[in-house]
Amino acid sequence: MNKIEQLRHNFLADIEKISTLQELEELRVAALGKKGELTLLMKELGQKTPEERRTIGAELNAVKETLTNALDQRKTQLEVDSLNARLAIETLDVTLPPRPVLKGTIHPLSHVMDQAIHIFGQVGFVVAEGPDIEEDFYNFTALNIPLEHPARQEQDTFYLPPSSADGQPVVLRTHTSPVQIRTMLNEKPPLRIIAPGRTYRSDSDATHSPMFHQIEGLVVDTKTHMGHLKGCLEEFCRHFFEDPNLKLRFRPGYFPFTEPSAEVDIWWKGNSWLEILGCGMVHPNVLRNCNIDPDVYQGFAFGMGLERIAMLKYGIEDLRLFFESDLRWVGYYGFEPESRE
Amino acid sequence: MKFTLSWLKDHLETEASLELILEKLTALGLVVDKVENKAEALAPFKICEILEAEKHPNADRLQVCRVNTGTEVIQVVCGAPNARKGLKAVLARPGDVIPSTKQVLKVGKVRDVESFGMMCSAEELHLGERAEGIIEVDRDAPVGEPYAKWIGFDDILIEIEVTPNRGDCLGVYGIARDLAATGIGKLQPLKVERIKGSYPCPISLKTDPEACPYFTGRVIRGLKNGSSPLWLQKKLEAIGLRPISALVDITNFFTHDRARPLHVFDADKLKGNLNIRLSKEGESFIALDGKTYTLSDDMTVIADDSGVISLAGIMGGESTGCGDATHTIFLESAFFDPIRIAITGRSLGILSDSRYRFERGVDPASTLPGLEAATQMILEICGGDASDVIIAGKEPDLRASLTFEPSRIKTLGGLEVSSQRAQDVLTNLGFEVKGQGNNLTVVTPTWRPDVEQEADLVEEVLRVEGYDKIPSTPYEDRPEQKPLSLLQEQRFVARAKLANRGLTEVITWSFMEHKDTELFGGAPENLVLLNPISQDLDTMRPSLLPNLLKALLLNQNRGAEAVGLFEVGPQFSDPTPQGQHMMVSGIRAGVLHSDHWLEKKRPVDIYDIKADIIYVLSGIAVQYDQTAPLWYHPGRSATLKLGPNVLGYFGELHPRILKDYDVKGPVVAFEIFIDRIPLLKRKSKSKLTLSPYQRVERDFAFVFDKNILAENLIKAVQKADPVLIKGINLFDVFTLEDDKKSIAIRVTLQPQDRTLTEEEIQAISQKIISSVAQSTGGVLRQ
Repeated sequence: MNKIEQLRHNFLADIEKISTLQELEELRVAALGKKGELTLLMKELGQKTPEERRTIGAELNAVKETLTNALDQRKTQLEVDSLNARLAIETLDVTLPPRPVLKGTIHPLSHVMDQAIHIFGQVGFVVAEGPDIEEDFYNFTALNIPLEHPARQEQDTFYLPPSSADGQPVVLRTHTSPVQIRTMLNEKPPLRIIAPGRTYRSDSDATHSPMFHQIEGLVVDTKTHMGHLKGCLEEFCRHFFEDPNLKLRFRPGYFPFTEPSAEVDIWWKGNSWLEILGCGMVHPNVLRNCNIDPDVYQGFAFGMGLERIAMLKYGIEDLRLFFESDLRWVGYYGFEPESRE
Repeated sequence: MKFTLSWLKDHLETEASLELILEKLTALGLVVDKVENKAEALAPFKICEILEAEKHPNADRLQVCRVNTGTEVIQVVCGAPNARKGLKAVLARPGDVIPSTKQVLKVGKVRDVESFGMMCSAEELHLGERAEGIIEVDRDAPVGEPYAKWIGFDDILIEIEVTPNRGDCLGVYGIARDLAATGIGKLQPLKVERIKGSYPCPISLKTDPEACPYFTGRVIRGLKNGSSPLWLQKKLEAIGLRPISALVDITNFFTHDRARPLHVFDADKLKGNLNIRLSKEGESFIALDGKTYTLSDDMTVIADDSGVISLAGIMGGESTGCGDATHTIFLESAFFDPIRIAITGRSLGILSDSRYRFERGVDPASTLPGLEAATQMILEICGGDASDVIIAGKEPDLRASLTFEPSRIKTLGGLEVSSQRAQDVLTNLGFEVKGQGNNLTVVTPTWRPDVEQEADLVEEVLRVEGYDKIPSTPYEDRPEQKPLSLLQEQRFVARAKLANRGLTEVITWSFMEHKDTELFGGAPENLVLLNPISQDLDTMRPSLLPNLLKALLLNQNRGAEAVGLFEVGPQFSDPTPQGQHMMVSGIRAGVLHSDHWLEKKRPVDIYDIKADIIYVLSGIAVQYDQTAPLWYHPGRSATLKLGPNVLGYFGELHPRILKDYDVKGPVVAFEIFIDRIPLLKRKSKSKLTLSPYQRVERDFAFVFDKNILAENLIKAVQKADPVLIKGINLFDVFTLEDDKKSIAIRVTLQPQDRTLTEEEIQAISQKIISSVAQSTGGVLRQ
């Protein structure tokens, strides 16, 4: 074995033994660096005859290529090994909790209100509003509830000091019905409105809250009759309670502001009728009070408690907890915000 | 309104099943609340007789009784003090379920003496309140018969809800009339005979027509007021009324049978004649309930020479009440104005069966027949001798004559009903109908003053036909229209955004405690409720924050350390509609989130809440005015403005507020007048050109006086080149000595048409530095 052959053999053997990139680099320098053994042999070529230069030169170049390849291969191998070794120790417990997610909830009443608005919206109802503090006229008188009407006693009304302007009683609205009056006085038929909002009665026990929510509906045109009222409320209840076969029962009721009047029950969980809302055809006196001719126009109105339908739909039992703001409760019964942007 | 099935059948001849009757009642609008068959639960309990009662050998308070069950004689140990020889009682036998405990009775040994049954108290049978001892059954009662049958509980008790317009159905007869109209039975006519007086009425009347339009009465003398007969006692007991005496029971009977309240005065206790008049302020009166009432002006009273002796139509007086010793009475049957009765009853707070009926309307035409029928019953039960009837005023005629087009049943009610059928229904309900086809004239009955116009007649026909027959007619036209205006939509958007930011929506009262309003700018007197539910909820809130703070306290007391709440609701500055402001307000308190292995918990601060607001405001460029209302920390709060308009406030709450509400800080809050925010218009966006050229970032650190605001710096920088400067990122702020502070920013330059040269960048940097120096006095930090 000549010297070159020997050198090739030794270096290849050394490359195989190398275990770090550092050592590999050192070995590369020892062989192919400026003062490397192979480099020195190549520098010596100048002193050789042309014949020797050609043969030895070719031999040296072949060795250089062999060594370079071997070094590269070894380097790649070492890099892979080192990455694998690193990855082998780089492990995380993926079951650890993630970074805190701050997400709140929407109150169930807002959610229910939103749903109701959406369902009635599909039948062409638009949302109307009125103030929580009402004049007696809008809350009672215009709704055909004169001062000493027994219906006033059944609604325990909160009173504020009488208006300084005209001495009229000022009340917290006991229902959302005054919005009907405000709408009829300000807009011309045909009308199809719903009015969700806060309402107040001075009553507080397990089933009554001094503040609660209602949604009011009003249609005024020339043709609407009780069949439409039934159709409209059936459609709402079936959508809202997500039961296309939900049975409704309409039975005569009494409200001073509707005639004929009806109470609506739903057949609940196959075992009992539950009253959920009151409705009827707008009383001719109410239309007259709003300067609408009852010989030309007619329509229906309804009102229902949002807490009531929320409790039924979501199995919420205690009315009082709606307004207690206990995060445990709101977090449980609340809803994830839907994107509305 | 309670009645029994058998009572109903006194007036309604029917073969209909109970189920059908109940169904029809509800369909008529007389909704059935409760049906009770006490007989079923009480069936096992039979009347027994105690033959002997001896002291228990081993217990002082017990007795060992020999009891006749009707078929055998058994031994029963009894602890009731009233158990005695000869008493008739109610016996439970082993195997029976005791209603109050739902336990099965067993043969037992009481102190070594065997007992084969138990004699029951009213409480044990669910028949009454806690009482001393066992039930004492009437001496005539048949031993061995079910007790329930004997007391009339073999009947079915029905309770219906009567709407305020149906005073006529506050008597069983009126209910029977409605049911008969549906065709399930026949109404039995009332037979009222005129009782001729045998002497002129010795008492004269003076009436003020305003106080009472129609008043009738008569004297009955020589009667005896003992217990009423069993049939009457049982009838009243079955509907929950305690029998008192024959005279009282008779008036109660007519109240519940005919919706005809009556009153009986002990005529021997009257001083002179009767004067039916309006009361005067300050007059006082002792009623039958033993209480003294001070009257105000304009209440209808019946007076004699001694003063007020009866609150007409509501409650009689103690001084002329009837008792065992009553031998002569004055029987009153009158018509009183519903409104006056309602006002009087409400202002004095007296609830009575009579008031309940008069304020809902008593049939004026029942005045005289009611008097006659009651006279007849009194004479039958109590004996005596009736005087002539004395009458003041005139029976009011409340009937209305209405034109009626039966086609309205279809066009208003949605149900096709023939004219003939409509006429039949109305006639059966007591209306007089004339005319034919679509042109009818209908006269309302005296007992239905609530029927005033055509729509009422439509309802009458519909409710007898049944609302269930109306076909439901969905709308076919569905206008393409958004249900929410942009303004309304904005509130829902704000809700969703805040919940996405980690705040939880709550709904709190619109009212709060008045004294706490002082902390939030106060509330005018005209926002204080005259009749609050409680003192801590007596004022319409001037801000949502007080109730949110109470909610915070509640949650902190339950251990929550990271609390973020918001509410969308009204606050009030005055009682007019303009004084009601729709708010979106929120608070964050304590830490942003609880301890976490990755992120240390940190206290919330105003920059958390500022981020919430900016998100809600959807990038509207508001101005921050560093003055805020007094409930905020003066140095850590701001008013949000858009031009001259205040959009809201935010900041850290004043330490005084935290102390007053006893909440743990820090607490940061915001209040947004959501309806003042410019509408989120969905306008199209201007064209975006993405530049292909290299963007350049340069950092600067300036030093200036500590009073200079970050905003001033950013404006000054932007002004240096509004086109090229695309971003200013403020990444460091710190305070230096000598009342100086340093702010570091990174400015992003983005050319649109070329790559910037180093010279150009230098030039812009210089412009930035001089703009900052000029506007803020700031110099580049060395």
